[in-house]
Amino acid sequence: MSQPTQPIRASVLAVAAAAALAAGCGPEQAQHTPTAQVAAGDAAFAESFRARLLDAKAGEVIEVPAGRYTFDRSLTLRVDGVTIRGAGPDKSVLSFKGQKAGAEGLLVNASNFTLENIAIEDSKGDGLKVNEAENITIRNVRVEWTGGPSTKNGAYGLYPVKTRNVLIENSVSIGASDAGIYVGQSRDVIVRNSRAEFNVAGIEIENTINADVYDNVATNNTGGILVFNMPALSQQGGAIRVFKNKVFKNNTANFGAKGTPVASVPAGSGVVVNSNDDVEIFDNDISDNATTNIIVSSVYSTGYKDDKAAKDFDPYPERISIYGNRLKGGGDSPDGLDLKALKTAIYGLSGHFPDVLWDGYANAALKTGPQICIRDVSGVVNADGPGGYKSPSQDTKPYACDLPKLPAIDLKRG
Amino acid sequence: MRLITMRHAAILLLALLAACAKPAADETGPAARAPAGIAADSPWQPVHFFAEGQPDDLADWNVLRIAGGRLQLNSGVLPYDLNTPLFSDYAHKLRTVWMPKGQAAAYDPQQEFDFPVGTVFSKTFYYPRGEGDSVLRSADDGPDLRGGGLDLRKVRLVETRLLLRRKDGWFALPYVWNAQQTRARLMRGGELVSLELVDAGGKRESADYQVPDQNQCAGCHATDMKTKALHPLGPRARHLNRNFAYGDGLANQIARWTQAGYLHGAPPPQSAPRDANWRDANAPLEARARAYLDINCGHCHNPKGPGNTSGLWLDAATQEPLRLGRCKLPIAAGKGTGDLRHDVVPGKPDESILTFRMLSDDPSVMMPELGRSVVHEEGVKLIRDWIAAQQGQCG
Repeated sequence: MSQPTQPIRASVLAVAAAAALAAGCGPEQAQHTPTAQVAAGDAAFAESFRARLLDAKAGEVIEVPAGRYTFDRSLTLRVDGVTIRGAGPDKSVLSFKGQKAGAEGLLVNASNFTLENIAIEDSKGDGLKVNEAENITIRNVRVEWTGGPSTKNGAYGLYPVKTRNVLIENSVSIGASDAGIYVGQSRDVIVRNSRAEFNVAGIEIENTINADVYDNVATNNTGGILVFNMPALSQQGGAIRVFKNKVFKNNTANFGAKGTPVASVPAGSGVVVNSNDDVEIFDNDISDNATTNIIVSSVYSTGYKDDKAAKDFDPYPERISIYGNRLKGGGDSPDGLDLKALKTAIYGLSGHFPDVLWDGYANAALKTGPQICIRDVSGVVNADGPGGYKSPSQDTKPYACDLPKLPAIDLKRG
Repeated sequence: MRLITMRHAAILLLALLAACAKPAADETGPAARAPAGIAADSPWQPVHFFAEGQPDDLADWNVLRIAGGRLQLNSGVLPYDLNTPLFSDYAHKLRTVWMPKGQAAAYDPQQEFDFPVGTVFSKTFYYPRGEGDSVLRSADDGPDLRGGGLDLRKVRLVETRLLLRRKDGWFALPYVWNAQQTRARLMRGGELVSLELVDAGGKRESADYQVPDQNQCAGCHATDMKTKALHPLGPRARHLNRNFAYGDGLANQIARWTQAGYLHGAPPPQSAPRDANWRDANAPLEARARAYLDINCGHCHNPKGPGNTSGLWLDAATQEPLRLGRCKLPIAAGKGTGDLRHDVVPGKPDESILTFRMLSDDPSVMMPELGRSVVHEEGVKLIRDWIAAQQGQCG
């Protein structure tokens, strides 16, 4: 499986092995906070809740009183214009512990949907999935797998996919075995004031066009904030701004299932941009991510290169702007033997990677070059992926450029 | 043993009594309708199409009834079967169609027929009985309607789903049978039914058979995520084009639907498309596997369906190898990848995510997401063979 020309990919295997060894041993995992204690709710309400989802009318608000409600099957909503509102994310809990059927906790295929002040716990698969809808608000919602990080946990916490006009705010996702807050194949998205902890990927924006990710906290994940493009999907993403976030100590061993894109993310990644164009990363506090604080890479480094799949796909990150961040620490203990070797080769045993690591894959046919513009960092390593990682470069001159600022996202929520 | 014998005797006695009570039947006569849910052998009225509302009792529709120890079909209710059916925990299925007098569906070679308002499909999920409360894990060779319906001594009824063509579109209602098999009540919220499946070798397997809730019906039947409209999946030309053992003998279903006045515009069956029967060892492997993937996966995994987020399309129309999973990377599959890299690796079923997800019964891993709780071993074997026969390798 391992190919010498793809060290970061090869590191996936090492990561998995390390994860198996390290599971439960990491100091961060000991800090995992137990879930809120909530009294068992009325069992009759749980059953009536399912019926209310079936019978909901546009404009209806379905209140979920304080209590823990247990479901052994998924819940689904298909009516537009519905709000589901709890008494608070530590008071109203939809628990799927012991779930026997269904691939999500709550599955929504409906527009003008709001979920707020509520928690979804321990779903077998994804916590909340919203598939193909418009005008989605997720506010003050907690999704959590209460047993701490585990490959057995569901994949995604909050998971809008193929959606348009999405606001996720004041929400929390803990323990997802893929991504805590994951927005895929969507358009016009804001993720703000939220927290992602102990997930493989904290916040992931994938194949999504126009997203602002700000004022969030991503810590104790394997990777903090990921901006990804994957091939063979409905659209290629771009125009993403990541700013004013706190992204620190994302050093939890990768517990993602191998084969998933995030399984290739080395533990200790702060912000990762992968095969995306037009990404702006500024005004963030990024620190103590042990592989490195910021990674810019192509799909080639994640091991997802496939000639056929890549036919209509631009694998290279282009027009990436990194400036004005407050960066500290990190890079001292990269995950995976290849990155460790790379670090040691350049910086010695006790040295550390600088703030930014770029795998070096660029489209040679592009006259303007990749336009990766980086300021205010301790340094950049071009890992020379295309050259088999033989001649890494620390020259920062290629990044001395500026790009026009991307516009803010306006969801017109008034 | 003795208990079982006594119970069988009691059932037989009931059946005999029921038979004795049967009046001179005039099945379409204007006699007063029996109270809902009473398993009377009284005459029954024609099928009642409710243009709105959600009747609580399946009997209210007059499509099916329990009488004479059998689950009987009203006159004009036509049973049918599919070349390759969807797998649902080894349940057998009795499918029926009914249309209002003078109404017919318009034939289409590819898409669903244009069914008239008032069309009622029913699908009854049942199992052949095993010893005690167990049921048999066996292949569905089509409903045995000899004697005028399903023999309740031989089968355990689980649920009957109705799919109705109302003015504003298709509408689904799930009815669950009681343990006595006397009535089926609307269970809009669905249910889990615990079953013990016993295979021919005596191997036992428990199953949490899931009756879908009304929203989950759409999980399969809403083949277009944008319109969210429900559609019948089975009754299409390629699935229907086969023989069925009617009361008066074997006949092609498309011909019979036409003859019954339920279908117009259909060509002779030999000119209509025809999916392979996935169990037909004489049919090409490719055709059998594609038929299986089409009916089991294609309703979600198509360019417009809920599974389109994955980029994997398994419907009959898709031809591009990458879209059919060949060397395709997983997307948002989570642990559904099984630590594997591609959906289909030519020649290597054990390295293919498709096989892995079919082999799982973990709700967060398995495919399909709904409609099964046990592994379809024979289906997995077919898909394994299909992948094993593919040539080449991934990039």
